[in-house]
Amino acid sequence: MSNETKPSVELRIPILKDMELVATNTADVIAKYMQLSEEESGEISMALIEATINAFEHSESQKDIFINFTISDEELTIKVIDQGKGFDSKGIQIPDIDSKLKKQERKRGWGVMLIKELMDSVDYESSNDGTTLTMTKKKKNE
Amino acid sequence: MSKIINTEEQNKYVVVKTEGYFNKDLGELVISVVEEKVQENKFHFILDLEQSKIVNSIGASILIEVIEILQDKDGTLSLCHMAPIIEKTFSIMGLTKYCNTFATLDEALAQ
Repeated sequence: MSNETKPSVELRIPILKDMELVATNTADVIAKYMQLSEEESGEISMALIEATINAFEHSESQKDIFINFTISDEELTIKVIDQGKGFDSKGIQIPDIDSKLKKQERKRGWGVMLIKELMDSVDYESSNDGTTLTMTKKKKNE
Repeated sequence: MSKIINTEEQNKYVVVKTEGYFNKDLGELVISVVEEKVQENKFHFILDLEQSKIVNSIGASILIEVIEILQDKDGTLSLCHMAPIIEKTFSIMGLTKYCNTFATLDEALAQ
């Protein structure tokens, strides 16, 4: 599959309650098309939920977010693009449940860690005009 | 729609069965049940996730609050019927270090 012929799917999602599930429904269809395993499909959906919620919450913007799926023989690439004010991904602390329990610490903040654990590669590009998260899931050879 | 479909007491356990996306709303429903039952001196809970196949980290974070409440009372939270991706998510978060996990409700009740 050459670069020119890679099929892609684009979603435009409003910042409304539970709209992240629109993205996971699309990901399920694409995973079936790519013959990904149930495990891979679940991991993609979970990462996508977290990425979409982060885009909703951290963009500090009411502008729609965009999700782009690019399909190749080897991998699925997903871009989650918000139009917020951007953020420094290096400034995100790795959460630890032992620290969160028994302390008055905020219990949330797991999204980026989950995305990194569930996907094969994760990259953030951020500026004052918004953030693009690019994540990939490689197709396992079975 | 996310909801609690049943809450019942079996042996020493309060069994809470959920349905749908385990998000913030469903997490808050669960913690409300736990807070109510703790007032009745019930400290051992089983969360049956058979009908909840998808979760987000906000819902999962509320379970950390549940664990915190129950730890103060020497109580326990057990989880059963977890979809593989939910089990993996809870494992990554470390939640499963603080919960007993079971394949079925019968196994959870027999612990």
